[in-house]
Amino acid sequence: MKRINKNNIIVGSLGILLILTIIISFQLGRYPIPTKDLLGVLLSKIYPLEQFWSDRMETVFFNIRLPRIILACLVGCCLSAAGAAYQGVFQNPMAAPDILGASAGAAFGAALAIYLYGSSYMITISAFCFSLLTVALVFFISKRVRGKSILGLILAGIMISSLFSASTSFIKLVADPNDQLPAITYWLMGSLAGAKLSDIQFVFMPMFLGLIPLLLLRWRLNVLTMGDDEARTMGVNANQIRLIVIICATLITAASVSVSGMIGWVGLVIPHLARKLVGNNYNHLMPSSMLFGAVFLLLVDNVSRNLLTTEIPLGILTAFIGAPFFIYLITRKGESY
Amino acid sequence: MSIEVSNLSFSYGERSVLDNINFTAYDNQLLSVLGPNGVGKSTLFRCILGLLHGYKGQIRLNGIDIKSLSIKEIAKLIAYIPQSHYPSFNFSVFDMVLMGTTVQLSYFSSPGLQQRMLVESALDRLGIIHLKHRGYTQISGGERQLVLMARALVQKAKILILDEPTANLDFGNQILVLTQMKSLAREGYTVIQSTHNPEQTFLFSDTVMAMKGGRVLACGTPGKIFTKDLIQNLYGVEVEMQSLYEDRARVCIPKSVIERDYKQQLCS
Repeated sequence: MKRINKNNIIVGSLGILLILTIIISFQLGRYPIPTKDLLGVLLSKIYPLEQFWSDRMETVFFNIRLPRIILACLVGCCLSAAGAAYQGVFQNPMAAPDILGASAGAAFGAALAIYLYGSSYMITISAFCFSLLTVALVFFISKRVRGKSILGLILAGIMISSLFSASTSFIKLVADPNDQLPAITYWLMGSLAGAKLSDIQFVFMPMFLGLIPLLLLRWRLNVLTMGDDEARTMGVNANQIRLIVIICATLITAASVSVSGMIGWVGLVIPHLARKLVGNNYNHLMPSSMLFGAVFLLLVDNVSRNLLTTEIPLGILTAFIGAPFFIYLITRKGESY
Repeated sequence: MSIEVSNLSFSYGERSVLDNINFTAYDNQLLSVLGPNGVGKSTLFRCILGLLHGYKGQIRLNGIDIKSLSIKEIAKLIAYIPQSHYPSFNFSVFDMVLMGTTVQLSYFSSPGLQQRMLVESALDRLGIIHLKHRGYTQISGGERQLVLMARALVQKAKILILDEPTANLDFGNQILVLTQMKSLAREGYTVIQSTHNPEQTFLFSDTVMAMKGGRVLACGTPGKIFTKDLIQNLYGVEVEMQSLYEDRARVCIPKSVIERDYKQQLCS
């Protein structure tokens, strides 16, 4: 029983860490918002307060900093949850959110929208739709692969991903090198610099619809890692659970990449870190992956917008931080997991 | 709890794997399925567990055809104990056993205190309570097999199916696992295992079913069906069979090996 309590404490601590990180993140930036003003602005929404902060502060808070912080948390949370979920259904610790082509599809959708001079809203919608379409296509093809269904899914995912990557490259080739090409390239590097409140409105429903079932089904995900036959003999309908988990994980991945662009490594590294912390039981692994992912991406985004005078794309930073950290994790001495 | 298999046939495409299998297993009984590799033992088990469909014939649990039961209903009646394996992720022994309680839970819920108590008592029952915080992949093969048995016990199914439970185990662990299986049978479980060891089969089983080429060669109490001819027929090895302890045990010795060495000795 002692061990269980320890994990509950870790999950709780991660929650507190997230709140602290959010508060600190508000203060960072070209217009720092002190905690006093932060509380004032927030409280004034529920309770009438005399304004002791500047209007400019309020604009920065609601239109720039708040959407960006919320999005960083949501995207980090979703990518990590999706990574953890895919790792479970594929019984493979190396699985990441892009395993079924969700990212490659989103990249193509975004590049296409930029090429057709779509508005930023159109780019998001196009990325989201192509992401879902790609995974649906992968699923459809895998049904026709003979043999093991998991292997079929992974193979189809690799093939369709490379097909869409090639298509994205082709769009880059024919795109206008003066404005379209840089826009596509920048989108592909991943960034939350353009975060708006409308982005949050767009991604909120799909993220909510994806995250809640993943949390509710987390115990069954444990049983699924034992393999289909064993899961079935324990009364778990493996195919059904896998389908639901894949749909949910895809939904949140698509929603994330459609507003943030390509952000690699979070979906692979954070679940592994969470595994080190709380073990492989999804009862604790899923919530701690979500919280940890939110903290991680928020921190990285803070670096992204504060380190240099120009923004550093998130995708570059997560790889710079993620890859060495992952190497440290897997080469570190100690109990293997 | 009885399990009754009648006229069961199964084929993968053109290739027939099971051909008209008939047998009944009762509670308080350890039934061993003996036969060479690739004889269809695993296929038979997969049919009984409801993992394979498209077979001919009937499998009835207490008179109910399993085709009319859902995955969950079958899991409440039959538990499967695979060969001790390495899963992709290392779970603690406690969590591993806790997974067996899933069948008692509603779709979206996780195990609670009641299920945890069940796990404690199952681990205690099999004498592995000291392992509960260890990682499943860090314990020995014999211990892993016992953990999988505990997982089946918390499932509360009365029929246990074990696929070669003693394969890959050292001699001591083989005896330990078989002793536990036997005592579970004595507690009222219906225990069905597949095995490759004739001598241990004789020693521990209540009923032996010998299979060859997808058919049942012989089925009955070990004392009745265990003969030199049966072993030779099953494995193509001529053996000498000796009875020990007033026929409570029988040993098989491959004749050709002994005779060759014996002749060599005579010549030299």
